[in-house]
Amino acid sequence: MGVIQFKDVNKIFGPRETGFQALQDINLEIRDKEFVAIVGPSGCGKTTCLRMVAGFEPATDGMVTVDGTPIKRPGPDRAVVFQQFALFPWKSVYDNIDMGLRNLNVSRSEREARIADILTLMNLTQYAKHFPHQLSGGMQQRVAIARAYVLDPDVLLMDEPFGALDAQTRVVMQEELVRLARKNPRTVLFITHAVEEAVYLADRVAIMTRAPGRIKEVLDVASIRNAEDWDSHEKIEDVMDLESFVHLRTHIWRSLREEKAAQHA
Amino acid sequence: MQKQISFRQSVVLGLLGLASFIGLWHGLAVSGMISNVFLPSPVEVYDRFTTLLDRRFAGATLQGHLFASFQRFAYGFLLAALIGIPLGLLMGWYQLLDEIVSPLFDALRFVAPIAWVPFAALWFGTGIGGPIMIIFAGAFPPCVINAYRGAKFVDPRLIEAANMLGTPSHRVIREVLLPSSVPSIISGLRVSAGLGWQSLVGAELIVASAGVGYMMVQGQANVSTTTVMAGMVAIGLVGLALDSALRLAERIIQRRRGLEN
Ligand SMILES: Nc1ncnc2c1ncn2[C@@H]1O[C@H](COP(=O)(O)OP(=O)(O)OP(=O)(O)O)[C@@H](O)[C@H]1O
Ligand SMILES: [Mg+2]
Repeated sequence: MGVIQFKDVNKIFGPRETGFQALQDINLEIRDKEFVAIVGPSGCGKTTCLRMVAGFEPATDGMVTVDGTPIKRPGPDRAVVFQQFALFPWKSVYDNIDMGLRNLNVSRSEREARIADILTLMNLTQYAKHFPHQLSGGMQQRVAIARAYVLDPDVLLMDEPFGALDAQTRVVMQEELVRLARKNPRTVLFITHAVEEAVYLADRVAIMTRAPGRIKEVLDVASIRNAEDWDSHEKIEDVMDLESFVHLRTHIWRSLREEKAAQHA
Repeated sequence: MQKQISFRQSVVLGLLGLASFIGLWHGLAVSGMISNVFLPSPVEVYDRFTTLLDRRFAGATLQGHLFASFQRFAYGFLLAALIGIPLGLLMGWYQLLDEIVSPLFDALRFVAPIAWVPFAALWFGTGIGGPIMIIFAGAFPPCVINAYRGAKFVDPRLIEAANMLGTPSHRVIREVLLPSSVPSIISGLRVSAGLGWQSLVGAELIVASAGVGYMMVQGQANVSTTTVMAGMVAIGLVGLALDSALRLAERIIQRRRGLEN
């Protein structure tokens, strides 16, 4: 299982009276195996939302729960893929992926098998013995995703995972993530600046307001994806050309534009 | 920006500095302005140095003394590293330990190693323990401080990554804090080796049998300033070799980790 719930969440950094309110009245439920993307202007509190689910940051008011249990600390049931990869530079690709597995009660042979599987799935097999600095950004991010996926977590938290990649690599990674998510569906909370990416990947897209961040609207992409049969198109650029896709994208663009305009007003 | 100086140029410049220093010293010594006992000439010191290499003075040849000194140094230094590095890392990880130990440590580290001589003599007599304790006092603080700094300045995202992977504390310390602190620890070890080696003469004031410091004290008693200076030269050379060796180790480790660019 992996149901994430934000219940009346406020987040204030610093003292309640004088501190900075980053989030206000966040209410959101992410269903089991659902892929939800959050988009919003810079500084609106997207990362803060994700960090609360990860257990890095407590909520000031309200509650964040996974399967009904309030989150106390980070753990391998909620794997994080960081924007800046955060791989251990002194560990090989293999050992980076093994780092979390060693904390689970899994036999050595099973660990080896699981790592071999995920390496194959992510096209990393021949790089198992490489160190992160010997890999390109795209490959490093694949390792970071492998490190999270191999734990078979209930929840996968991704904070602008493709933000540091060039446009071409980004597209490849998006397609791979879709492939992975089909093969092995997880509850995913995905943060991005890129509207197309959100629409392409997510079942639902949550749009946030500028700080203090609130949830402005939540769009159901999955029903449109299914109705218009996006999945019959293999290439991302073909999906992006579909009228239904363009329509959704434009809607989100407008909504975000309003926020930016309000910010500068 | 400053112009880059090549390795060859830097060697030449270094030798030039050394040569002018020796030239100046020689000029001063043979000018007759200063009595020979107060300032022996470089040639005399060189002669004395080579003599000490193959004739015993104060019970041993210069190599013998150096060996005895180095052994004490090695014990003191290793002890300092073995206790200091883990302590520094733990202080960097456990806030509570940091709060308890830091004030004490910060006060104690300002006490010069040589100030421990009376207690070293009292507690250990003329055994090997006394000098080791003084070298330890010199070498310990940089080990602790640099391991501590390394642990404090570890990329917080790596700690978060380790926590999110469910890694228990002892493994975070060993597999994240320690490796990420290696550069800081190694430069700490270099400072620590320097300070430990410097504390040697002080340490050997209380040893009655052998060691470069002991040899120099005996030289002083015999009004043999050349012996004292030969001792200084020997200490300087070994110190230089030690530092070069550690610097090399630093480079090799960096390269192995692939972090050198
Ligand atoms: N530890 C902290 N202490 C104080 N303020 C913080 C802290 N972390 C975040 N903030 C503030 O909270 C707000 C939201 O930050 P957050 O990182 O969640 O934004 P974001 O939506 O992820 O932005 P971006 O799109 O630029 O990544 C920002 O204004 C930020 O300055
Ligand atoms: Mg962010």
